[in-house]
Amino acid sequence: MKAFSALAVGAFGSRDNFIVTIIKSTPLIIAGLGVALAFRGGLFNIGVEGQLFIGSIAAVIVGTNVDLPKIINVPLILAAGAISGALLAAFSGYLKARFGAHEVITTIMMNFIVLRIITWAIGANGPLRKPSSVVPETRSLLESARLPILIPNTYLHMGIIIALVLAVLVYFFLFRTVWGVEIRTVGKNLNAAKYVGINVNRNIVFTMALSGGLAGLAGAIQVMGIPPYNFTTGFNVGYGFDSLAVAVLGSIHPLGVVFSAFLFGAMDAGSRLMQLRAKVPIDIITLLQGLILMFVAANQIIRSLYHIPAPDKEESVNLTQGWGGS
Amino acid sequence: MNTHFMVALMTLAIIKAAPLVYGALCGLLNERAGVVNIGIEGMMLAGAFMAFLGSALVGKWTGGTLNPNISLVIGLLIGVLSSALVAGLHAVLSIHYKIDQVISGTVINLLAVGITNYVANVYIDPTHLSGVGVFPVWKIPILSKIPVVGPILFEHQPMIYLLFGLVIFLQYAVFNTPWGLRLRSVGEHPQTADSVGINVIKTRYLNVILGGALAGMGGAIMVLESVGRFQKLMTSGRGFIALAVLIFGRWSPVGAFAAAILFGFAEALGVRLQFGDINHLYALSMIFALAALATSLFWLIMRIKTKKQKGKSYPVIITVFIIGLVSLVAANQITFPKVSVPIEFLGLLPYVLTILVLTGLVKRAVGPAAVGQPYEKQ
Amino acid sequence: MKNNNQPILSLNNISKSFGSLLANDSIQFDLFPQEVQVLLGENGAGKSTLMKILYGQYQADNGEILINEKPVIIRDPNDALRFGIGMVHQHFMLVPVMTVTENLMLGDEKTKGKWFGKLARLDRETVRKEILALGEKYGLQVNPDALVEDLSVGEAQRVEILKVLYKGADIIILDEPTAVLTPQETEELFAIMRSLIQQGKSIIFITHKLKEVLSVADRITVLRNGKVVGHTTPSESSMEELAVLMVGREVLLTAEKGLSHPDGVVLQINDLCVKAKNGMIVVKDFNLQLRAGEIYGIAGVQGNGQSELIEALTGLHPVFSGKLLINGRDLTNASPRVVTLAGTAHVPEDRQKHGLVLGFSVATNLILQEYYRPPFSNGWLIFPEKIEENARKKIAEFDIRTPSPDSMVSNLSGGNQQKVIVAREFSRPINLLVINQPTRGLDVGSIEFIHKRIIEARDAGVAILLVSAELDEILSLSDRIGVMYAGELVAEIDANLADREQLGLYMTGSKHQVSQREKIT
Repeated sequence: MKAFSALAVGAFGSRDNFIVTIIKSTPLIIAGLGVALAFRGGLFNIGVEGQLFIGSIAAVIVGTNVDLPKIINVPLILAAGAISGALLAAFSGYLKARFGAHEVITTIMMNFIVLRIITWAIGANGPLRKPSSVVPETRSLLESARLPILIPNTYLHMGIIIALVLAVLVYFFLFRTVWGVEIRTVGKNLNAAKYVGINVNRNIVFTMALSGGLAGLAGAIQVMGIPPYNFTTGFNVGYGFDSLAVAVLGSIHPLGVVFSAFLFGAMDAGSRLMQLRAKVPIDIITLLQGLILMFVAANQIIRSLYHIPAPDKEESVNLTQGWGGS
Repeated sequence: MNTHFMVALMTLAIIKAAPLVYGALCGLLNERAGVVNIGIEGMMLAGAFMAFLGSALVGKWTGGTLNPNISLVIGLLIGVLSSALVAGLHAVLSIHYKIDQVISGTVINLLAVGITNYVANVYIDPTHLSGVGVFPVWKIPILSKIPVVGPILFEHQPMIYLLFGLVIFLQYAVFNTPWGLRLRSVGEHPQTADSVGINVIKTRYLNVILGGALAGMGGAIMVLESVGRFQKLMTSGRGFIALAVLIFGRWSPVGAFAAAILFGFAEALGVRLQFGDINHLYALSMIFALAALATSLFWLIMRIKTKKQKGKSYPVIITVFIIGLVSLVAANQITFPKVSVPIEFLGLLPYVLTILVLTGLVKRAVGPAAVGQPYEKQ
Repeated sequence: MKNNNQPILSLNNISKSFGSLLANDSIQFDLFPQEVQVLLGENGAGKSTLMKILYGQYQADNGEILINEKPVIIRDPNDALRFGIGMVHQHFMLVPVMTVTENLMLGDEKTKGKWFGKLARLDRETVRKEILALGEKYGLQVNPDALVEDLSVGEAQRVEILKVLYKGADIIILDEPTAVLTPQETEELFAIMRSLIQQGKSIIFITHKLKEVLSVADRITVLRNGKVVGHTTPSESSMEELAVLMVGREVLLTAEKGLSHPDGVVLQINDLCVKAKNGMIVVKDFNLQLRAGEIYGIAGVQGNGQSELIEALTGLHPVFSGKLLINGRDLTNASPRVVTLAGTAHVPEDRQKHGLVLGFSVATNLILQEYYRPPFSNGWLIFPEKIEENARKKIAEFDIRTPSPDSMVSNLSGGNQQKVIVAREFSRPINLLVINQPTRGLDVGSIEFIHKRIIEARDAGVAILLVSAELDEILSLSDRIGVMYAGELVAEIDANLADREQLGLYMTGSKHQVSQREKIT
């Protein structure tokens, strides 16, 4: 019990703690949106981890070398992060569209590949290594590349604004635009999508690109918003799977994603204090998050199976489309 | 490039392939019953973890008086049981609650990572819990004296021999016994199986759990026969590579074994090259040559087996074969400049290979027709 | 064929509900030895449910089953087989990738030696011999080593029948067996049935096709809305009477149709060749000319290239060679959207696979072809209010039974789902209507409705290409009839000159009309 109160205090107890919660939630929101978007398109983007990383690296590369006025630099670097993540994911999308290679496996493979390449790059002889540093890390971003702070003398950076805006945009995109309809149609019934003239192959690549772009953006924001504004090992680890959990927890709806991301962010934030005060180790948070995911996933499906679904509650996903022989 | 080197390399390839084969066999049982299992990774991790924990704790509690092999065996049993339990969870989630099988598999992976990391951080690392070693190598008399093939096949630790037996047994069982026939019918056309009184649900449960046990062995073998201890996230994607191996092997045990050897070879080569005594470019060209030869052989076999319906045309086969032969000869003649490929890149080989397999071959390979769909009685 | 007074099988007072739906309501059914009893009812009347109870796949809520006057409990298909009850399903219960032998072995496998139970070696050789012997005895020749997926539909059906005989059935249930057969194959089936009766078997024949009933039945039981509404025999009844019993009111057995007044050519198909994914040619040298205001019906057993022809026409399948012209425009290999925008409507064969997105609402499905166009969109944004408005209109106009426009379309019955598709496709200004199996699995009311709309469209000047496996539907609706066999158009006849016998011969490839290409210019 002491553990939980420590957790809550750690997450919300003081203004600074609350800020930590927000900061931890931000990447989860954005990457979670990416996962949710892919889900809606019938695609399972587990490569969020790798796409996050590549977004961070892209941000580092551009942000340590380009020194334009902040108002240009920041969007530029954000774009770099998003584009690199998008390209990585789109590659898996292309493999699926053209060859039928299931994106779960190709994205996970890309994760490992990206991880290795990055480990090398920030390793002892790697090109991105910060000179004269004894730990694997990159140089820090130039001042003009860093995200503006919202409240002076705190860590609260602009990322959360970006995240919330994106949540609204993604919702709007999915449910109020033509592309959104197409993505969701492909996700629910590939054959019907073809029948009404949707170019399914292009759609799959596009969906993955958007999904990866969001993940890459999240990765870029991490580097641009959190001191010491560089990339190091141990960075972003676990965000990939966490954002998966967040997406499912949030019923794959943008609003739900925001809330569940906050929940997870809070848990992360409070876990440190929990460890300190109640001597409960951080890893139990991962455990807890996994359990939550499981119960929520089970719950949703039970609900939708044994009761008549509320009209137009479009929750179910069909990720095994195209796995088997048919 | 001498025979001693090749023998050592091939032996290592088999050892590296073993977890993949176990994982692929897990996938085989699951998919032939119609259940997609993305959670093989989690099950392997669980198996590895519990095998270590079990054997180490037994060793610790008996204070070194017990023969370490017994501890290892106990650890193995515990590991296998745990992964079977985990598989049971996947089964319940996807069969009973009809959760999308990809989601439930991911849940398994998440939980496995979370739990094993947690316990490792909290207990294993702080107490420096040490393993009790690994299984010893058994040299089979007479057979291991055969030149070249002998040491490669008959000088292994017991779980590898077990694996050989399992592959042969399952190949027979899946295609030539009532059990196998029923299993396949459930995965191909569950309505038919149901109509002749086969219990589709029970078959799926059983095979998911059995498969889980096999995956656990795949994880356990990494601990009990290679490193002797548990490292966090030590499976590093093998569960997913096992799926590629399964597809590559066309959902047959022997096929999976052959495909796994290829991956194991890639990994073994990566390890071996780190020693720095083999020229990297030379090694890579050798791989290319061998791959060309193997692929052309594969296409030839496919063509013969399916009576000219699958596999490529003869001109293509011959061309690729010649390319392979030429590269083989050329590689051994040319002196390559010394290029050092970073260690991390060498380790990429299995992952890249997986992607290549999925894109190059999945088009032709067709899995059990009813895979991935929860079964509803009509 | 009528023997003792003791029924060999009795279903007494059987009732079964699924939730709030009473599928079987106190049904009384008796089968006498060596007779063919027809169980007649339209789709949804409860025939399948009753038989599934008999076959052990369902358990009745009430009532009992008697075999030879003794009550029995049937918990699963194995029990049913033990009592000598075998079922030949409408959708074959065969594993496509396995051989005939393996399919017959499944569930009761013969092995060499009993040692390891289910792990003993399969004894395929003995079963092979048994299959050949059995085939001889009953006149059902099949190749035991053939893969089921390579068999023709008629052959596969024979395998199904052989399967129940192999498992020792004396009471054989045939569930809508003629749905997939040509008239000739149907005759062959009837002959097989007579042979089986002579050999001591008893048969329950389930159907909704009135014509067959009179030629094959010894006795008839009619089901409607889950209740038995009549017992009769062919000599005491007629098709019209049976129709009334089946549906509960007077039924139009053929659609009312005036003469057609064909106008300009709308669809021109020249020498069309289509290849399947495995490289085999499935449509060969196909030529057709379709005019506005006429209905061209393509008859033929399913699997002779009709599906691929339609898919090629509508952009869902690549064309290998030849040309497709709609209103003079070359639309060979055009994308589905281009074909649609050229004024084409397509009611697909598989309504749940192609025609609808089950996870979307009725309203969304109604605009699935036009979501990107005004008034529903400006190219970017979607206007939900317009979609809703459209949905209300269409639901009223087409009498679609749904709780609300926002309900998921998966909740609708088959008939109403088809109405959604029809509402969507018929509501646009169209020149060409392509329909494939429009009334499969539908109740009589829906069938009447859709047939009426098709004829209305024709009279409004639409060119209609109709594909159906139901020969009666083709005969009833078409102005001209073409027969497809093995991918080729083997005959083209004026509807009022056509007769079933003749068409049946073409459908089995027994006859080949001299091609009348000169006529088409």
